[in-house]
Amino acid sequence: MYAFDLARPADLAGAVATLQTEGAQALGGGQTLIPVLKQRLSQPSVLVDLSGIDSMKGIRRAGEFLIIGGGTTHGTVAGSAEVASSIPAITALASKIGDPQVRNRGTIGGSVANNDPAACYPSAVMALGATVETNKREIAAEEFFQGLYTTSLEEGEIVTAVKFPIPVAATYQKFEQPASRFSLTSVFLAKMGDGSVRVGVTGAGADGVFRHAGLEAALSSDFSAAAVDGVSVDAAMMSNDLHATPEYRAHLVKVMTKRAVAALS
Amino acid sequence: MPKDGGIGASVVRREDTRFLKGKGRYTDDMNRPGQTYAYILRSSLAHATLNNVDTAAASAAPGVIRVFTGEDITAAGLGGVPCGWQITDKHGDPMKEPLHPILAVGKVRHVGDPIAVVVAETYEQARDAAELIDVDMTDLPAVVNMRTAETSGHQVHEEAPDNVCYDWELGDKEGTDAAFANAHHITTLEFINNRLVANPMEPRCALGDYDENDEHYTLYTTSQNPHVIRLLMGAFVLNIPEHKLRVYAPDVGGGFGSKIYHYAEEAFVTWASKQIRRPVKWTADRSEAFISDAHGRDHVTKAELAMDAEGKFLGLRADTYANMGAYLSTFAPCVPTWLHATLLAGQYTTPMVHARVRAMFTNTVPVDAYRGAGRPEATYLLERIINKAAQEIGLDQAEIRRRNFIRTFPYDTPVALQYDTGDYDATLNAVMETADYAGFEARRAEAASRGKLRGIGLSCYIEACGIAPSALVGALGARAGLYEAATIRVNPTGSVSVMTGAHSHGQGHETTFAQVVSDALGIPADQIEIIHGDTDKIPFGMGTYGSRSLAVGGSAIVKAVDKVVAKGKKIAAHLLEAAESDIIFEDGQYKVAGTDKAKAFAEISLAAYVPHNYPIDEIEPGLEETAFYDPKNFTYPAGSYLCEVEVDPETGKVEIVAMTASDDFGNIVNPMIVEGQVHGGLAQGIGQALLENCAYDEHGQLVSGSFMDYAMPLAVDLPNFVVETVEGTPCTHNPLGVKGCGEAGAIGSPPALINAVVDAIKGYGIDHIDMPATSLNVWTTIQNASAKQAAE
Amino acid sequence: MAKITMTVNGKEHSGEAEGRTLLVDFIRGELGLTGTHVGCDTSQCGACVVHVNGESVKSCSVFAQACDGAQIATIEGVQNNDGTLNVLQAAFQEHHGLQCGFCTPGMVMSASELLKVNAAPSEAEIREWLKGNICRCTGYHNIVKAVQSAAATMAGAAQAAE
Repeated sequence: MYAFDLARPADLAGAVATLQTEGAQALGGGQTLIPVLKQRLSQPSVLVDLSGIDSMKGIRRAGEFLIIGGGTTHGTVAGSAEVASSIPAITALASKIGDPQVRNRGTIGGSVANNDPAACYPSAVMALGATVETNKREIAAEEFFQGLYTTSLEEGEIVTAVKFPIPVAATYQKFEQPASRFSLTSVFLAKMGDGSVRVGVTGAGADGVFRHAGLEAALSSDFSAAAVDGVSVDAAMMSNDLHATPEYRAHLVKVMTKRAVAALS
Repeated sequence: MPKDGGIGASVVRREDTRFLKGKGRYTDDMNRPGQTYAYILRSSLAHATLNNVDTAAASAAPGVIRVFTGEDITAAGLGGVPCGWQITDKHGDPMKEPLHPILAVGKVRHVGDPIAVVVAETYEQARDAAELIDVDMTDLPAVVNMRTAETSGHQVHEEAPDNVCYDWELGDKEGTDAAFANAHHITTLEFINNRLVANPMEPRCALGDYDENDEHYTLYTTSQNPHVIRLLMGAFVLNIPEHKLRVYAPDVGGGFGSKIYHYAEEAFVTWASKQIRRPVKWTADRSEAFISDAHGRDHVTKAELAMDAEGKFLGLRADTYANMGAYLSTFAPCVPTWLHATLLAGQYTTPMVHARVRAMFTNTVPVDAYRGAGRPEATYLLERIINKAAQEIGLDQAEIRRRNFIRTFPYDTPVALQYDTGDYDATLNAVMETADYAGFEARRAEAASRGKLRGIGLSCYIEACGIAPSALVGALGARAGLYEAATIRVNPTGSVSVMTGAHSHGQGHETTFAQVVSDALGIPADQIEIIHGDTDKIPFGMGTYGSRSLAVGGSAIVKAVDKVVAKGKKIAAHLLEAAESDIIFEDGQYKVAGTDKAKAFAEISLAAYVPHNYPIDEIEPGLEETAFYDPKNFTYPAGSYLCEVEVDPETGKVEIVAMTASDDFGNIVNPMIVEGQVHGGLAQGIGQALLENCAYDEHGQLVSGSFMDYAMPLAVDLPNFVVETVEGTPCTHNPLGVKGCGEAGAIGSPPALINAVVDAIKGYGIDHIDMPATSLNVWTTIQNASAKQAAE
Repeated sequence: MAKITMTVNGKEHSGEAEGRTLLVDFIRGELGLTGTHVGCDTSQCGACVVHVNGESVKSCSVFAQACDGAQIATIEGVQNNDGTLNVLQAAFQEHHGLQCGFCTPGMVMSASELLKVNAAPSEAEIREWLKGNICRCTGYHNIVKAVQSAAATMAGAAQAAE
């Protein structure tokens, strides 16, 4: 790692102020960022550790929304009774991230702000149409994710919470990359109160997380595996690497979607 | 019944106590006063001319003590990293053996090739400064694919035309061709044996410490064989005589072959510690390990099997390309030749075998032995082509093997080995019984009802362990003998210190060897201390690899114990006033045969050191004996493995539902440890067959350069194993009757697993899939086969 | 550089750490507790697992300064007060759940948290929990057995105490 100062603000205002420093960067749980720093792929002057900010932690139900503080760890989400009763698919998602030690440190805010194309959370944020709350504003999911490792967050802007609308039913179907155990292609499928079906896909897209309009349309009118079969998923929009070809990823999108349908049927 | 704590008892391991308390002492746990830290700047290009390395800015950076480049090494007159084995090619010429410099000079030849080293007060300072080194390189086309390396038009080394290190052959070519001419059926298989990274959990580390007063060097290092490092590094690289060089490998956190070799970093820190008059430590991080530890396997082979109408094997041909990487690692040349082609008879009576092996230089990390070393490649070749043959002629996979088993011993194979003993029906019958082979089709049908494709795969392996008779390996090109040494020091009050040249990197020698000595001397194991890993304490040794520690190192211990007992008998004869020929030693007592006169082991030990009343002119005081044991032959463990898998045809994902191993290891000292060794081997074999793939892109960049892309088996990937050892056929030529168990699992399991996967998906017209059978690979293979079926 | 203080295995320790100093380097280098190991640089292998304020974490992926004031437990503090192996450690020895020993401290620290949150884990739960711990030697078979055995022993002891 390059040398940097570690700042540990106790409140959001302190964090926001420190992030004004030239070259400052926010640090969530660090489970992705610290390995990046070890490779010397990032050179912050100040790393602003958000883990001491209590106001960013916690889970609460507010009417038809489940609000998870940006500093809440995956482990806390996975173990939360509130999450399990509101959106059990998020319990399942959080409990499948990484391993117990990663879940004890990694946070939802860090995960969505990093927008790793193979991260789990962005699929839920997209599929549920969640709102990303920051110290400045509220950002709709569609607007928030801007492609690989890119979001609409401005310099020094901090994800303080994610506000999930509560669906009628939802499920997360994860297919793991064999080495990293991140998502190779995973699908978050939600049936919303208005009768619509929404499909968020992570791990597969060449531009990161996406919703699949064709699958959503087909499933909104016919919630069945047969409806999925009739949809074409374009390999051209999928990423390519050692672990999966675009064709394989496109195929897996449909397989995981069908498994999601089966799980909710 | 085994004696309590003796041979045959599952004694829990004494070394575990310190490991479980966090008190193990690994090399990186060692620190010396005034220690400095080395960071190695490595090439990011696979192949480039090295025009200039400007270290001025780095040298001036905070904390930097010195920056070294290849020019410094050249100026100091140091040798290159030596290779320990010379292969003679089929024309009688020696292999091409280009210089393997400590630090690159003139050219870099693989990603990770060391260019410069910064030595600083802290690791981070060294790494910070390394960023200031200005390296002027001119990119050259990289030779990456060994199959096309001959015709690529680019040279890794000027002295190796067409990038061929050697073109070698073994066996009767004309006879084999004649066998094929008369064959009823010929099965052909082209396949790869995937490149692997050993990845012991402890990354390599080396700490050099030069003592100015005594002009003495100490190297602390992560090594499976410290004496060999001392010999190679002292004699060939640094020109330091043995009495001025101590190599000490404390606890070693796994090796699997990758810590056998002498590495440039060891020579560098040893040498540099004298240059700066301070200890120098280098510790690899995992990313660095991926581009600096020797890799394993990496063969491309075309094999052909000739059979008669009954499925009896008439001949086998194998044409293999073996990747050496950019330089020759210590044992690399012997792996695809004498450790591979010699095993191509397997458990079978195939009368004619011919193997050709072309070893290729490429712009990749050097490749050397990895758990099994050549024998997994040979077993995979045979056990895959046999299953393909069985599929083609419609024979059951067990039946075709039975029709060809060797059943008379000793047996001379057509590929230079003599099997001393074995019983291949015994392990095959046992594994088929235990795994319920007969009931498989019912399980396949049940799985099909769940939408899963179930398959079963058999593999019958033999390996050659306990390397090896020195005269034989000398004739084959080894530049050292492969005996083992041991000293038994009986202390005055009867406790025993055992110095062994074998060195545990997880095998539990401190426990097993103590059991052997306890059994032989009739004293409790807690009176016995095993000392290993330190050239200052142990007379000599060739180290631990190739499942040789007990068969060769243990035999040396037995031989030394015999010498101790023989001398003890002389002393006892005098003290008991009996003829030496009347003294028997049993249960820790020297007894006069046919009387109740006896002296305990400890009494005689004390007498040896307090020689008040015996004839000094006849018996020298003291009780310490050293023995060197040179094995008479290899040992030949063998076994049968059955693997059952279920394939999800939608995703291609393979789940291992059962892995059953039946082995014949001859006599067994500690069944618990033996079983654990098989477990570990199975996990690595499964890793190779299912998950692990060391991949380079066409530019020679390592694509799978961390655990994020190189898939290591996790607990969730593996089943519980069923491991059994049959009432074995003891090795006929070593005193313990032991054979070796460390590599069996890694040798037997990959073909069993791939045979199972092919069996599961054969309905698509598939008769082969290369390793690793990842979900992508399986799915793609099914897609291609389905498309082909649809087109037909 | 900053001076930080933490309670490690019940004893207070102070030392100097840069912003970039990882907890594992502080524990190994500054405190000399070398039982915690480093086996990768991608937060995957788990050889470095320790407990911070009662939760298992990868000490290679936490900064030392971020643990200023924290309660840390490392492998060196696991044994019984009389120096004997505790139930989990003893189970690893009894069931041959370790070979080279390098991953072992992390395995023990990870498994001990599992047994805290799940007193009777199934084989599948143990295997899933150990996803953050890579062992290259044992094939995990005996590690799983050791954890199951420790759970049973602890359950027996708990029952006997009631």
